[in-house]
Amino acid sequence: MSTAPRTHRLMAPVTALARFNDRLSPRGSFAIRRTGRLVASLLIVVLASFFVVHLVPGDAVRAALGPTAPVGLVENTRADLGLDKPLTRQFTDYVAGLFQGDLGTSIQSRQDVADVITSRFPTTITLATLGFAVAIVGALPLGMAAALIARSTKGRSANSVISGGLGVLIAIPDFLLSALLIAVFSVWLGVLSPAGWGDLRSLVLPVLGLSLGPMAYLARIVQVEMIKVLDSTYMTTARAKRLPQRIVLFRHALPNIVTATLTVGGLLLSGLTAGTVIIETVFAIPGMGTTLISAVQTKDYPMIQGVVLVFALMVLGVNLLVDLILITVDPRTSISEG
Amino acid sequence: MKRLVGPAGLAALLGAAVLLLITYAGPGIWGEAATTRSVSDRWTPAGAEYLFGTDDLGRDIFARVMVATRLSLLLTLGATAIGVSGGVVVGLTASILPKYPRRLLIWLMDMLLAFPWLLLVLFFTVIWGATATGAMFAIGLAGIPNLTRLVYNLASSVSGQDYVRAARVVGVGPFGILFRHILPNIANPLLVQVSASASVTLLSFAGLSFLGLGVQAPAYDWGRLINEGIGHIYTNPMAAIGPGVAIVFAGLVFTMIAEALADHPGQGLRSVAAAGRASLFPRGTARRVRTDAAAPSGAGADPGDDGAALAEVTDLSVSFPDGEGGLVERVRGVNLSVRPGEIVGIVGESGSGKSLTAMALAGLSDSTAIVRARSRRFDDIDLSTPLSRKEGKRLGTELGIVFQDPLTSLNPALTIGRQLTEVSRTHLGMSREEARQRAESGLDAVGIAEPRRRLKDYPHQFSGGMRQRAMIGMALTAGPRLIIADEPTTALDVTVQKQVLDVLHRAQRATDTAIVLISHDVALVSGFCDRVVVMKDGEVVENLDARRIREEARHPYTKGLIACLPDMRSDRTRPLPVIDDRPGTGEQDGGTPKVGAVFGAARAREESPL
Amino acid sequence: MTALALENLSIRYGTRPVVTDVSLSLAPGRTIGLVGESGSGKSSIANAVVGLAPISAGDILVDGVGAVGRGRRAREARRGVQLIFQDPYSALDPRMSVGDSIAEATRATGRRWSRSERDHRVRELLERVHIRPDRADDLPGAFSGGQRQRITIARALAGEPQVLIADEVTSALDVSVQGTVLNLLRELQQDLGLAILFISHNLAVVRYMSDEIHVMCGGVVVESGPTEPLLDDPKDPYTRQLLSAVPVLGERMTFEEHVR
Repeated sequence: MSTAPRTHRLMAPVTALARFNDRLSPRGSFAIRRTGRLVASLLIVVLASFFVVHLVPGDAVRAALGPTAPVGLVENTRADLGLDKPLTRQFTDYVAGLFQGDLGTSIQSRQDVADVITSRFPTTITLATLGFAVAIVGALPLGMAAALIARSTKGRSANSVISGGLGVLIAIPDFLLSALLIAVFSVWLGVLSPAGWGDLRSLVLPVLGLSLGPMAYLARIVQVEMIKVLDSTYMTTARAKRLPQRIVLFRHALPNIVTATLTVGGLLLSGLTAGTVIIETVFAIPGMGTTLISAVQTKDYPMIQGVVLVFALMVLGVNLLVDLILITVDPRTSISEG
Repeated sequence: MKRLVGPAGLAALLGAAVLLLITYAGPGIWGEAATTRSVSDRWTPAGAEYLFGTDDLGRDIFARVMVATRLSLLLTLGATAIGVSGGVVVGLTASILPKYPRRLLIWLMDMLLAFPWLLLVLFFTVIWGATATGAMFAIGLAGIPNLTRLVYNLASSVSGQDYVRAARVVGVGPFGILFRHILPNIANPLLVQVSASASVTLLSFAGLSFLGLGVQAPAYDWGRLINEGIGHIYTNPMAAIGPGVAIVFAGLVFTMIAEALADHPGQGLRSVAAAGRASLFPRGTARRVRTDAAAPSGAGADPGDDGAALAEVTDLSVSFPDGEGGLVERVRGVNLSVRPGEIVGIVGESGSGKSLTAMALAGLSDSTAIVRARSRRFDDIDLSTPLSRKEGKRLGTELGIVFQDPLTSLNPALTIGRQLTEVSRTHLGMSREEARQRAESGLDAVGIAEPRRRLKDYPHQFSGGMRQRAMIGMALTAGPRLIIADEPTTALDVTVQKQVLDVLHRAQRATDTAIVLISHDVALVSGFCDRVVVMKDGEVVENLDARRIREEARHPYTKGLIACLPDMRSDRTRPLPVIDDRPGTGEQDGGTPKVGAVFGAARAREESPL
Repeated sequence: MTALALENLSIRYGTRPVVTDVSLSLAPGRTIGLVGESGSGKSSIANAVVGLAPISAGDILVDGVGAVGRGRRAREARRGVQLIFQDPYSALDPRMSVGDSIAEATRATGRRWSRSERDHRVRELLERVHIRPDRADDLPGAFSGGQRQRITIARALAGEPQVLIADEVTSALDVSVQGTVLNLLRELQQDLGLAILFISHNLAVVRYMSDEIHVMCGGVVVESGPTEPLLDDPKDPYTRQLLSAVPVLGERMTFEEHVR
């Protein structure tokens, strides 16, 4: 009787789950979808980091130790890593290890991977958090101002300057920008330190180098959203009430751009995490990024596994945080998908 | 493609040509200089001989940057091509899958989208080793989720359109729809996105090469050159900045191409510019575009104008920049006045200027509009000059506005309570509690049950009719003397329309508020208002007593408007009369409808494309 | 003889009933009006008849043949019904010439067309709806709203249907253009003997177009019958409410003093 498209039998569980999801309130459904995504992401991350070693063509240990390493050392290392056991056993061992905080031992330095990460993690998370904060805090006023200028009748040249400046900031690679910052502030002006990690002054340049590009990008998003909001009827309603400009802007306009800004900001933040890898390299900061790069260059697989895993968890955590903020901030939680 | 002509398009074309030329001829011209080693010239700073200086083997860095163009761009294009083709295939597949598999696929892609590209790329790099082609595949694959999402979103917005449904009705299969309707319609926005993502890819490559994971020596691209130069940034900054400039230039060219391809390239900018010019020389430019000198002067005169008007405009004109430096006059020579307690209707079709007139009367014209009038006032407030604080306060309380679509005219992010109390709080200096009580009785007055609880709701929690009543309640909270209602019931069902009109009517009766009601529906306006102003093409055509509209209408347009729509008394056996007010222009319509020619040669007056 | 028959038709979206137990029978050359407010289920019926939405119970017969399901017979039966949409701006592919859009719709006839036959047919159809045939190569953007709506009517005719479903065809049009479209539909009905299912929220328009009216509310037909007797003496309270809410030109509305 029905012309409804028939789905495959194998899809039945998915279909049932989705139907259940459809029946929930938008907010509950959103929460369920995102929790599901988090769990699935975790699973994929763990699987991926586990399989890194196994997907390398040829013998990973041989590749790591180099062609001149004695056979005995290679065999010993294989045994250390548990690579001589059956695959399923390796996986269960790996997961069990994860639960105990055991990420294995570096092939190259013989250090405990978890220890290395624990010592490097605070640096990276500080850099990323500061970078994100600067990007958001800078982008909101910048984008809002850009929108107001773009819509005013007399701001033509100012608008061109702003959009041109934002465009260039977006197009500059962050490592080049950092190099320029070093050239200007450390070499030329000599006010800030060019490398290392420690006091407040050494923080300024890496954070700027990390956040300026994302900030410019986000400011553009904010500008576009703000123009949309300014053109909306409810803003005319607010104008009709002849409220003071500051109330019109901050009470009526701002809440309506927060959702889009945060959604994009969340995605941007995962890019920012990647940026830390590059920025740490430029400023020679001993963080997870520099650790990862040297591990990749020396084919230190256990170290790669561990750092990639922690990075991915960081990104997942941030996405979860953004989702939670979205649920509380946006009364509609109209974030519909699919 | 015709849009490529224009300043932005021209710049994009020029930039692309330069890049192409260097890509094609670069290695031939600079190849030798790029490889010639000269130990004595090691690390020569930038200067006349070497534009960007030399590297540690004495090679000319400028020549190397030029030669590297080919590899950098080829790798970028390769990775972009991989990402785009993957995204198009997966995204389009998703768009024709049944509901649940489709959701699963999109959900997976969304998940991958959240991962940093660099981690994905590193993952692939670890597996395939650090090579240029490996990096290309890695960056390309890492871009797929993003492009998939984009293609899918574009495709689903198209497949919801009626023309796709129409194609399904006539029996076009899913692939036919994909290739005949969806692909052509998403091609342009997709192209825009492809150019934009090319600039991102370029940066990704540079980053990877910079980290030593992309292009491997002895080959080199811009990223590697920066990597080599960055160590010497203190002695020869140009060694790093030179290739950096190349990257920024290429990135900007990609962005400009995207801009030029986009549907509204810099349109906003141009129209803003035009508005700026127009506000500098308002009179002169307007004269130039004033087309219709034969405006019937008598029709614009307002019988309601006896000096006691609450609000009035005389000789109003509203113009907009046309985006090409000129102006379009959308309202001209309009006189309108509203006496205290009077209900005036403005009726007209889209493009007749009825809303523009009302917004000018309310002093709420769009910022790009150029409004001129001999006089424009509300009570004793001159609306054509900047308002003082006190005048703003008075307008905020004495003038209420109701718009067509209550869903968009109430702020979705604020509670109803907030929106209903802020005028009382800011302008009347009420306490929170006083304002809340006022809002509560406002909602009660418009027939919303449980007003106290409802104040905590957001607009989306209200039904359409309730939202519009809340909007009216909002306009009423401060005790207005004039309410301007712009198509307040057009988005509503007819029974809900009746309820909303009841509310407006009662408010009017209770407080003797004047109302300006704008609508396209003559019957509605004549049934609700005291006086009806008919507008057409920006001018007032007629000004009539609402009760006697059928008898008193003189202008053929008004007569046509009255006759051309069936009402509950229309003769069902006869064709409907068709408005004809411009004899002789019927030909452009492409064949004259043979039916229903009551007012002469029938011509369906079509809405102007504005 | 019936061109289109709905037998106890019910439609559900998920668990929500949208249309419940609707029956009607439409003869060739006649028009049935479906009137009701948004969410009353009128458009769902239109979508179900042309196969764009699944039904949950009942049957749809086109010219006596079952038109529900994916079978060949049902698909062929459905070809006899064509739909005209509300918004002429989204009903035509903006990147396809209007001639091609009409030509595409000749597929619904189920016959093979040679190129010249098809071109000839497109010109003929454009003339039928009073559009100059030499504009067949123009994109929809070159036409005004009323012209576009006439083109979508031509496209519907290209399928050589016995039944036309007009779903709010004048709602998106300017007042002065609406009459032209309504007149055209009546003219085509007379010339081609089409059966029309005319769906609208506008009672006056439905009254003008229809021989018989079905009033829908909440997915149910609350009252139906020949147009004039039904509107002269409405039995159902909802029909009465609907009638009293329609403004009449030059007549002062009666207002209720207490709204709740």
